[in-house]
Amino acid sequence: MIERAVLTRADISRALVRISHEILEANRGSADLVLLGIPTRGVTLAHRIAAEIERIEPDGPVPVGTLDVTMYRDDLTLTRTRTPGPTHLPLRGIDGAVVVLVDDVLYSGRTIRAAFDALSDLGRARAVRLAVLVDRGHREFPIRADFIGKNLPSSARERVNVRLCEVDGDDAVTIAGGEAA
Amino acid sequence: MRHLLRTRDLTRDEAIHILDIALDMAAVQNREVKKLPTLRGKTVVNLFFEDSTRTRISFEAAAKRLSADVINFSARGSSISKGESLKDTAQTLQALGADGVVIRHPVSGAPQVLAVSGWITAGVINAGDGTHEHPTQGLLDAFTIRQRVHGAGARGRGLDGVRVIIVGDILHSRVARSNVWLLTTLGAHVHLVAPPTLLPVDTSGWPVTTGFDLDGALAGHPDVVMMLRIQEERMHGSFFPSSREYTRTWGLDGPRFRALQPDTIVMHPGPMNRGLEIAPIAADSPQSTVREQVANGVSVRMSALYVLLSGERETATVSGDGATEHHAIQQRSAAQ
Amino acid sequence: MTVSEHTPTPPSATFHIVGAQLVTGEHADILLRDGVIAQVGTVTDAAGATRVDADGLVALPGLVDLHTHLREPGYEQSETVLTGTQAAAAGGFTAVFAMANTLPVADTAGVVEQVASLGASAGYAMVQPIGAVTVGLAGERLAELGTMAASRARVRVFSDDGLCVSDPLLMRRALEYVKAFDGVIAQHAQDPRLTVGAQMNEGALSGEIGMVGWPGVAEESIIARDVLLAEHVGSHLHVCHLSTAGSVEIVRWAKARGIRVTAEVTPHHLLLTEELVASYDPRYKVNPPLRRAEDVAALRDALADGTIDTVATDHAPHPIEAKECEWDAAANGMVGLESALSVVHEAMVATGLMGWADVARVLSATPARIGRLTGHGRPIATDEPANLTLYDPRGRSSFDLARLVGQSSNSPYLGRVLPGRVVATFHNGYPTQLDGVVRPAEEVAAAARLAEQRGRSDTPEDNGRHRFTRS
Repeated sequence: MIERAVLTRADISRALVRISHEILEANRGSADLVLLGIPTRGVTLAHRIAAEIERIEPDGPVPVGTLDVTMYRDDLTLTRTRTPGPTHLPLRGIDGAVVVLVDDVLYSGRTIRAAFDALSDLGRARAVRLAVLVDRGHREFPIRADFIGKNLPSSARERVNVRLCEVDGDDAVTIAGGEAA
Repeated sequence: MRHLLRTRDLTRDEAIHILDIALDMAAVQNREVKKLPTLRGKTVVNLFFEDSTRTRISFEAAAKRLSADVINFSARGSSISKGESLKDTAQTLQALGADGVVIRHPVSGAPQVLAVSGWITAGVINAGDGTHEHPTQGLLDAFTIRQRVHGAGARGRGLDGVRVIIVGDILHSRVARSNVWLLTTLGAHVHLVAPPTLLPVDTSGWPVTTGFDLDGALAGHPDVVMMLRIQEERMHGSFFPSSREYTRTWGLDGPRFRALQPDTIVMHPGPMNRGLEIAPIAADSPQSTVREQVANGVSVRMSALYVLLSGERETATVSGDGATEHHAIQQRSAAQ
Repeated sequence: MTVSEHTPTPPSATFHIVGAQLVTGEHADILLRDGVIAQVGTVTDAAGATRVDADGLVALPGLVDLHTHLREPGYEQSETVLTGTQAAAAGGFTAVFAMANTLPVADTAGVVEQVASLGASAGYAMVQPIGAVTVGLAGERLAELGTMAASRARVRVFSDDGLCVSDPLLMRRALEYVKAFDGVIAQHAQDPRLTVGAQMNEGALSGEIGMVGWPGVAEESIIARDVLLAEHVGSHLHVCHLSTAGSVEIVRWAKARGIRVTAEVTPHHLLLTEELVASYDPRYKVNPPLRRAEDVAALRDALADGTIDTVATDHAPHPIEAKECEWDAAANGMVGLESALSVVHEAMVATGLMGWADVARVLSATPARIGRLTGHGRPIATDEPANLTLYDPRGRSSFDLARLVGQSSNSPYLGRVLPGRVVATFHNGYPTQLDGVVRPAEEVAAAARLAEQRGRSDTPEDNGRHRFTRS
């Protein structure tokens, strides 16, 4: 299978720096910000963005958490049983916070829809934003990202792979498949 | 996984998977909103041919916290001697559209008969069958031990090297059987202590050691002491001369309890005969996990319901991977 | 029903069986005429005979089952004398001993005569009733053994099968009493106290799968007691469905001591083991229960060396609902007539433990002798009654529902590959089964009436009468 590189390590790094700036600008600083990563790679990205924000505006640590949405998905009966993961909220919780959901790829929007349900069971955020590294289109819900690393129009037959050092050993976004499907 | 009939069949990975998901379920129990939408639209039937309010309530809470619809079907008193009622009942459940059936039955193997009969398409969870198994009790006991032993680092871990003694009526105990298979699969050493009349005649195939001497076993400083309930009817079956002699020889009384290491865990599946197999001082001590076992029961049963009912169903796909997988599982259980 | 001109008749009254292999190994032609074996070897006059090509088939004397549950009267939803003897014909049997646990119990002359006459008019096989030892099988007082013995049913075997005559004094009296008419007590050896609630063989597996055990000692202790009683009173004890290696040892010891004891084993105890019970499939629920592989091996050896005298099916039909349920609620028992010969072939012949002459001994000659039956279990020889079975030992096939012709389908062999096939059965010279198909009931009944008129019936009372009038 042919695998084509879309983003290099440097591209990813630049994209995350830009997203961090955009978050700070939209929020007018880091006050009340809570970053919630969606497992697995969304969590890694959330930690990187938090570190970047702390570097840009050293007003103290930005709370980061993990939001597992497995139990809220609407497609559980369509695939093999999914293994859920833990949800960890920062100590302050999410009440009154500006929650930025962080994920690697935005596709159908079903994961983010599930994330809204999960969030509402955990508290009441003042606002919810969405940051993704790659937006590949094909939305099935009226959902759009506020902060996007790279728009990547793709065929539904293709597969977008995000690799991150902390999980996969290197940083890269590649696209594969499509031609032989 | 399509049915949960016995811990005998669980691999170490499968067992740890269920326990890890139970951890996530336990976290939900500490939130303000204790409910998940996961099994919305699914119907879970609690089919109880034997009274057990505590087990039924635990399954009911588990199913409801996953947003399933719960139907309680108490079939006790219907004539199982006629032999037709399990089939008739099953066909009723099928007509009701049950997705999951939690069955408690006085006859060993009844859940398996239900699962392989073709009478229903629902996933079957054995909630205790005769003197065979009670797999969710085994899982909640394993979960409880794992939390006590490993604390916050429990996720992904087994029970390697943990020394457990199980004391009492092994012969008639489905809890003991489920624990023997599961705890040893997870790496624990299990030693059974019972009057000779209450051990099966041949346990040579069990991955355990056995003995008759409780004091000797306790002197080995086990990590876990699990006391089993003595049923009323055993006292009239000449299994032992008197309850007084039983307590004196095989009960966890005050002196035996006080001689335990302070970190030895005391377990009991409940309901307890206080003063018979376990002294109140042991049952109510901080070393006792009796109340944790109840709370953990809901988490473990949520996990089991999730694992059985959330994935692709046989009826959802007539071909493709899902159906193949189901076929493979059926073949495996047929071979046992 | 009266004999009418239009009643279907068998293809002919004379059969020329060509090229059959006898149990001695020689090949021979056999002529059946007027209910007797007219010629064996080279047939000189086969005029008007129906030719039966028996190339490759083994000719066995008609099989005799010492232990059959025909269920009639009382349990006709499971089996009737007619359907049970049809199953017998399908399995190659020409005589069956009907167990007494009917409703009403066969504990009076009336019931045993009724069962015998139902069998005689159906015509598929000789039906020899077994009488109950105790009234209502209750184990409290002796049934009228002498009256049953003197009845037209000429009962010689008495059994409370399904239940054990556990009271030692009652057992002693029964053994003693039947000496008056050369009777035999067939004991279902099961200590009731040691088997309260028992569901399967007691051992490692019962402990694991959580079932109440049926320990071998519950059988062995009764057999040990009974052989000593038989020795003491000098009577004949027959042990039903022996199932453990320990029981074999006791019987072997008793025989060596000269005690008059005979023993039977079922086909299923020669082939199946308790591991099947782990499926919780009630088809494998039977009493005595399936035992361990060691027991199966000991039973096979004992049958081969003569310690066990005979194979008896314990054919026990049950309606579907009695098996389509949870284990404890299910009935004990398996149907066995249709599969018996293939199972014995698999367990004893294919393993090299026995030859066909031994099969003829354990499935025909010996059970007839134990049951005091004349006219059955006889060798295939000139002037002997024409009771014989043609068996095709070649090939293996999946035992399926089509092979079950009785009313119930609770066979443990469904879906199992077994060797051989019964090709034809002749009872008193007429076919009850040909080419694997049981002959129609009207045809067989008519043939039976014809045989009776010729004096070739095997109903004892009729035999006597005809012998008298002919002489």
